[in-house]
Amino acid sequence: MDAILLQILNGLDKGSAYALIALGLTLIFGTLGVVNFAHGALFMIGAFCAVTLQRFLSLSFETISETEKDFLGNPLKVETPYVESWFGTEVGSSIIDWSVPLSILLAIPIMMLVGLIMERGLIKHFYKREHADQILVTFGLAIVLQEIVKYYFGANPIQTPAPDALSGVANLGAWFGFELAYPVWRIVYFCFAALVIFGVFAFLQFTTFGMVVRAGMADRETVGLLGINIDRRFTIMFAIAAAVAGLAGVMYAPINPPNYHMGMDFLVLSFVVVVVGGMGSLPGAVLAGFMLGILESFASTTWATTTIPGINQIIIYLVAIIVLLTRPRGLMGRKGVMEE
Amino acid sequence: MSKTNLTRRGVLKTGAVAGAGVALPTIFTASSAAAYTNEPTGSSVTLGFNVPQTGPYADEGNDELLAQQLAVEHLNGEGDGGCLNTFTSKALKGNGILGKKVEFVTGDTQTKSDAARASAKSMIEKDGAIMINGGSSSGVAIAVQGLCQEAGVIFMAGLTHSNDTTGKDRKANGFRHFFNAYMSAAALAPILEKELGADRRAYHLTADYTWGWSQQESIAAATEAMGWETVNNVLTPLASTDFSSYIAPVLNSGADVLVLNHYGGNMVNSLTNAIQFGMMEKVVNNKDFKIVVPLYSELMAAGAGENIKGVFGSMNYNWQLQNEGSKQFVKSFGEKYGKPPSNSAQTCYAQTLLYADACERAGTFNPCGVAEALEGFEFDGLGNGKTLYRADDHQCFKDVLVVKGADNPTNQYDTLEIVEVTPAAQVTYEPNHPMFGGDEASLGTCNAG
Repeated sequence: MDAILLQILNGLDKGSAYALIALGLTLIFGTLGVVNFAHGALFMIGAFCAVTLQRFLSLSFETISETEKDFLGNPLKVETPYVESWFGTEVGSSIIDWSVPLSILLAIPIMMLVGLIMERGLIKHFYKREHADQILVTFGLAIVLQEIVKYYFGANPIQTPAPDALSGVANLGAWFGFELAYPVWRIVYFCFAALVIFGVFAFLQFTTFGMVVRAGMADRETVGLLGINIDRRFTIMFAIAAAVAGLAGVMYAPINPPNYHMGMDFLVLSFVVVVVGGMGSLPGAVLAGFMLGILESFASTTWATTTIPGINQIIIYLVAIIVLLTRPRGLMGRKGVMEE
Repeated sequence: MSKTNLTRRGVLKTGAVAGAGVALPTIFTASSAAAYTNEPTGSSVTLGFNVPQTGPYADEGNDELLAQQLAVEHLNGEGDGGCLNTFTSKALKGNGILGKKVEFVTGDTQTKSDAARASAKSMIEKDGAIMINGGSSSGVAIAVQGLCQEAGVIFMAGLTHSNDTTGKDRKANGFRHFFNAYMSAAALAPILEKELGADRRAYHLTADYTWGWSQQESIAAATEAMGWETVNNVLTPLASTDFSSYIAPVLNSGADVLVLNHYGGNMVNSLTNAIQFGMMEKVVNNKDFKIVVPLYSELMAAGAGENIKGVFGSMNYNWQLQNEGSKQFVKSFGEKYGKPPSNSAQTCYAQTLLYADACERAGTFNPCGVAEALEGFEFDGLGNGKTLYRADDHQCFKDVLVVKGADNPTNQYDTLEIVEVTPAAQVTYEPNHPMFGGDEASLGTCNAG
């Protein structure tokens, strides 16, 4: 029983990342009609916002130790972070410790800016081009962004730990009389993802801006004829989608140490999620994200891999084939999206 | 009716003339300019350094390249001479190799077999490289070794740990200084028995490719021989990033040791995930739960950060070794680059010097002469202590380090501590060992091109 619950939790956790990335992809596709293969790179840049802030807060000055030696036998240069010297050791180390949650504040404006530059600077020139051209240019952009990050941060993964207070293991089963230990940060990640998803839906559902965007997604021409500058709103939606992917990346940094190709690892799966959920359907993307996350977790169990060897590697694609055969528009796809 | 004048003497005469005719071109070519592939004719000789410059192991590749450049400097008599001062063979004089200045070209393996073969091929055919060195993957090493055998150049392997490189896939033109999965297991097992006891239940997570299988087979055999039970072995796809769904079943399996047969990014992530699930704090079967990572590297240790504290593993070399060769190498590398050398850097440095030394001792760049000089060669002073290049399989035999994630590192390079230096005799095996291809494994014949 607890093994099943553990895999459900793992699935929800994986699904959270898939859902957040797929949500952003769908927002961009639904508003601008662009298939954005650079979306995984936005997730990666988000994670590197956390790395950057952690490094920035850890900036140190050197003092020469009288007693300790370095690896060459020379006097050791001891590094003391500026924040520790300014605010005292305790407060300073706490600030560094909480660098990942603090990165959210940094990531939102940076990601929106990156999104705006990306859309205005490159992608808008491809609106009237074929989907194949859009895929090629965004895929190329993803590789460029990846290489830039690798140039500055190297190819090695970089540990970006969660705050000590959120690093342990929580016994979720204690309330129900059985043992179910699960990492606290993974619970935080799931709750955070749920909050962001709820926030995006609320924004689209309950604000005038959101209402106009939804109307534009349904019938862009008519909204334009009403004198509303729908293009500007769609550009802002691109920036919001970039911020959603970035936030998913920031909070993912303590789960697996960020490296430059982490975006690519998620990109293909997120596209499958979008297709299974239904192109252009926001609830479909979220639903499919969590569903495929849970299925992938169960397919990785010993029972599943011994019953059907290799099932862990193909399950998502298998489900995608079945869904597309039975429901060609995906689980919640609308008629007319990507159809002539 | 026709009459034939066929006599025994006539046949012998004709055979001798025909034989000489067939042999003639070979005799001519042997003494001509193209005696062997890329024979150096000018005042310089070109070495090919094939390392991952892009892809997930680019940092490791960069470290290898730094060491190779340092080796070239020392061979040409520049810098402080490095291990030329401590190497027991005194054939190298710091005037290049056989009086020719050493130059080098580099290739990018991308840690992909086809890309690595293409870059090695280009260095051999276009740049005239006479030896290929480097790499940080067994799949790549085996592929490039095969290419060098066909092309008629020497392959001095970089970081490759699979038994197959000098096992079933061994080649006459290929040489490995780095240790292998069998040696890791043979060195680790006694320490694991001493530190964790003989009554343990181990759960293996294994990267699903040649090195992972080789590593798992070796460590499972060694630990089972001392009484451990292997509860399960789960193969994980190489492309895995989140290992939580593989870690969760370990918690309910009754296992009290987790063996991570992972390398690079896989290892960093699987270890991070295992620590997240609180494994190192768990008590199972009344024993503290433990994690073992059979193959460590410094860059992986840096990536895993604090998570490696108390985790056992093995290494080919560590900069903290205090023999004269190691101290000299750390000094040369550290003063030039401001950091201590890694495992992979040291093996590439040693291999480059060993190749040059073999050329000097053989008096030729001919790969067959060089191979003969390397076979059975015993040396010291390159950082690993006494070492033998065994003739039967071209594998180096030397001490193996058992290491542990340091509990209280004093600086960023001090992440691993040496628990034991296992003597070479304890990790030596027969050349026809079943894990190394058995009786069927053969080097084949040397190819000079």
